[in-house]
Amino acid sequence: MPKDTGIGASTKRREDVRFLTGRGVYTDDLTMFGQAHAVMVRSTVAHGRIVSIDTAAVEAMPGVLAVFTGEDFKDVGGNPAGWLINSRDGTPMREPKRPVLAHGKVRHVGDAYAAVIAESYAQAKDAAQVLSDATVIEELPAIIDMKAAAADASNRVHDEIPDNICFDWGWIEDNRAAVDEAMKSAPHVVTLELTNNRLVPNAMEPRASIGEYFPGTGDYKLTTTSQNPHLTRLLVCAFVMGIPENKLQVVAPDVGGGFGSKIYHYGEEALVLAAAKRLGRPVRWTAERTESFLSDAHGRDHVTKIELGCTKQGDILAIRTETYANVGAYLSNFSTATPTFLHGTLMAGPYKVPHVYVNVKTVFTNTAPVDAYRGAGRPEATYSIERVVDKMCRELNLDPFEVRRRNLLTPDQFPYTTPVGLVYDTGNYQATLDKAVELADVAGFEARRAESARRGKLRGMGLSTWIEACGIAPSHLVGVLGARVGLYDAATVRVNATGTISVMTGAHSHGQGHETVFPQIVAEKLGIDASSVEIVHGDTAKIPFGMGSYGSRSLAVAGSAMDRAIDKIIAKGKKIAAHMLEAAEGDITFADGKFSVAGTDKAKTFGEIAFSAYVPHNYPLETLEPGLEETAFYDPANFTYPAGAYICEVEVDEGTGKVDVVSFTCADDFGNVMNPMIVEGQVHGGVGQGIGQAVLESTSYDENGQLLTGSYMDYAMPRADDVPFYTVDHSCATPCTHNPLGVKGCGEAGAIGSPPAVVNAVIDALHRGGHTHVSHIDMPVSPNRVWQAMNA
Amino acid sequence: MHNFEFVKPSSIADAVAAMSTEGAQPLSGGQTLLPTMKQRLAAPEVLVSLTGIAELQGVCMGEGGLHIGAATPHAVVAREALAHYPALASLAGGIGDPAVRNRGTIGGSVANNDPAACYPAAVLASGATVVTDRRRIAAEDYFQGMFTTALEEGEFITQVIFPIPQAAAYVKFNQPASRFALTAVFVAKFADGVRVAVTGASNNGVFRWEEAEAALSADFAAGAIAGLTVPSDDMISDLHGSAAYRANLVKVLTGRAVTAAR
Repeated sequence: MPKDTGIGASTKRREDVRFLTGRGVYTDDLTMFGQAHAVMVRSTVAHGRIVSIDTAAVEAMPGVLAVFTGEDFKDVGGNPAGWLINSRDGTPMREPKRPVLAHGKVRHVGDAYAAVIAESYAQAKDAAQVLSDATVIEELPAIIDMKAAAADASNRVHDEIPDNICFDWGWIEDNRAAVDEAMKSAPHVVTLELTNNRLVPNAMEPRASIGEYFPGTGDYKLTTTSQNPHLTRLLVCAFVMGIPENKLQVVAPDVGGGFGSKIYHYGEEALVLAAAKRLGRPVRWTAERTESFLSDAHGRDHVTKIELGCTKQGDILAIRTETYANVGAYLSNFSTATPTFLHGTLMAGPYKVPHVYVNVKTVFTNTAPVDAYRGAGRPEATYSIERVVDKMCRELNLDPFEVRRRNLLTPDQFPYTTPVGLVYDTGNYQATLDKAVELADVAGFEARRAESARRGKLRGMGLSTWIEACGIAPSHLVGVLGARVGLYDAATVRVNATGTISVMTGAHSHGQGHETVFPQIVAEKLGIDASSVEIVHGDTAKIPFGMGSYGSRSLAVAGSAMDRAIDKIIAKGKKIAAHMLEAAEGDITFADGKFSVAGTDKAKTFGEIAFSAYVPHNYPLETLEPGLEETAFYDPANFTYPAGAYICEVEVDEGTGKVDVVSFTCADDFGNVMNPMIVEGQVHGGVGQGIGQAVLESTSYDENGQLLTGSYMDYAMPRADDVPFYTVDHSCATPCTHNPLGVKGCGEAGAIGSPPAVVNAVIDALHRGGHTHVSHIDMPVSPNRVWQAMNA
Repeated sequence: MHNFEFVKPSSIADAVAAMSTEGAQPLSGGQTLLPTMKQRLAAPEVLVSLTGIAELQGVCMGEGGLHIGAATPHAVVAREALAHYPALASLAGGIGDPAVRNRGTIGGSVANNDPAACYPAAVLASGATVVTDRRRIAAEDYFQGMFTTALEEGEFITQVIFPIPQAAAYVKFNQPASRFALTAVFVAKFADGVRVAVTGASNNGVFRWEEAEAALSADFAAGAIAGLTVPSDDMISDLHGSAAYRANLVKVLTGRAVTAAR
């Protein structure tokens, strides 16, 4: 019987009641007394020198209260990159200042160089148009193509960076010669050049920010669409505005999806704070969908050459990659970590490959900044590896399932140190592969293929065995790797006098379901009803500290902090119980919500202990403080390493090139699962995004840097009828060895593992249909591209 | 969106009068016009809504075939044309999504003449008549290139009259993002010959593929067009499909439409 409560129960999401009945409260839902409206003035050219901005043209317009330009922020700080990466030659990366508003130059279409604040949104909008028309920008040649940008020193995104390269990184440089040697002596080498397509995150809720300033105290308040309000506070205070951290409260109320794009601090947040102070009124800004397309941090955008050296039997001997990673016009906060330590360190995949070397050249272009997007680096690594392994199988006429079995690490090899610097703690990759083969009915494929053929369709099957590193991250390790922050998390568990509990967590739920899952854990551990537990998140004034939600870290890191805080509650409860029960503390046991004297029937309920802590009439006050509230900070000892096997079947219409994903099977190892329904939902969402990337989503700039896919008329998001019903399993669990809950992350897995399974299936379908000249099609495998490939 | 005046006449005569106002723009379902206004790419001073005029609503058989009021939403056509002209009903039921189908109208679509819209293919393949507040226009004369029609300043459509073919089908290949027609073909078989109209493919908007019409008039079978090639010279080439790809789609979809025709 499945449990209906506590850990492992598919408890329905309590937050969905308000979300599905329109009672969520998002930033744009808030109305502030006396509020003014900001509209950003954005560049319509990709690259240009700002000659003049005639602010006088709008200052007298109806309702206009203030105009800001880059000049107003030239003396404050810039929005920094969170990781310092060194190039292969030891030089540190080039870090151009990312100002609140562009100053001197505009560097991508959508780059905000001014803002108009007015009484109404319509007035601000009118004035912004006039200001745009009253601005003279000397247009410069746009730098769009990465390789061309790196090759042409005459045209620079940032005048001080001659070759447009941020860094040229090698991982691990000391292994490079050995990898080259292994590649040279390999009996067979497979080479594949591929593009990991740029994606626009498209959170359902656009970014929005409200700034407030309280002149009586000098306090600021920022309400904003953030996945991590504490990080935003740190960046606004310490790096950009110079506000003391204890004078700024950052609140992220309900947030409608982020997928990475709301991890980062954006200039609009600083702008509304500065404007609120200048005007003495709240100032609000909400992005229009077009602004989201133009100015949210995009994802992916790698161009990679991957080589794989192997035996003729398909034993992988060496992997070597050269990647160009687009960071766009400025360094967003995680932009330098994503193509390096979230990508290069995964390039051994789940395989026992002895030699791996990764080179990443990160390039500035006149495009929107690129940063972490669901999966962040690991999808790029997984796609490269799983595509080249598939190509190896075709070139050597080997069975892709058998080749994976030959190369996958075996359970006896853990903990396993990879040649790219990670230590996989545990796993059983054969088990998930076997489970996927069973659930996908691989044995029945031929019959399904024949049935598709009767309907005139080419059917193919694709496999991906993936691994990722998430639950970021051990601070000592990321510090060595260049992180400028620690990546622990924190929680306070506050037991109220009546026994209800508030958990203040540094994780931030913007769709994940923390409000449901975290109470399940509290309830299980304390033996109480989950309905008496509330989760408090998204407010720096209420929460001790937190690094937010991204990198599939909420449960593994913030959940572990909460677990530790609960342990402290139990430990204190035992002290109180020992006093009340007149027993030695060592004789007190805690189970099922009761503190008992071992071997007796003497016991106090959790509620009785809580009450005593706040009404300490019979209480050891001389040795123990009253109250029952504990805080824990938790720094993970390692990443967690979820892994799995995905099998995709597609049908290809030969006449039109259209790809239909007709089945998708996931066998994942997420360690211990707290709420199976939510885990399945996360996998569904991730795979949906992966299918979107593989089949539909394309972000295209023309040679002048205009975004051709700047609306849903041209940017193809996956819809319900683009995806199949999924088969999802997580029964092959190897609990994480180093966090108290034994959990691994599940939020990004689907987006990481699925794209190569889809593309491998398409190539398989084409080969089975006789189009054996097609060795690769770049994502998205659109009808046009598939047809062109078939007919090339 | 900029500010504008809004009038909603209840008769064609009142609409004609309203349309004589300086800066007047007819509004039907608003599925193109309103987003354009929201993006501030259009700023009409007066919007004259045509959806409150009873004569512009509804689907019924009449002289010359099936009469559809210009302000009839796609969802109504999908439902009410089914018994009379199933291929047309199917086309209407495949436009956009339910929200679009319940607001967007046949008159709006035909007046806008988006090169990727569905209705122009049905109008041209059926040899329909576009009736306006002042005249009747044959389909051949009505479509004059993408977003260009025979409509004069202030003229608006009141009705479209579709002759009913013996068999017909519309096969649409969706542009993956917008789900407009990347290319779509309407095939209609009449007693005096077959008409094939193509939308979404050409730089000149909806057009008739006359070679296919001749071949299919002689032999109404998918195989009849096997030897034909579609020139790609005037085909649209964009992110979603090259000119050659669209030319291929014209042929593939025509064959499928012939097979599907009923």
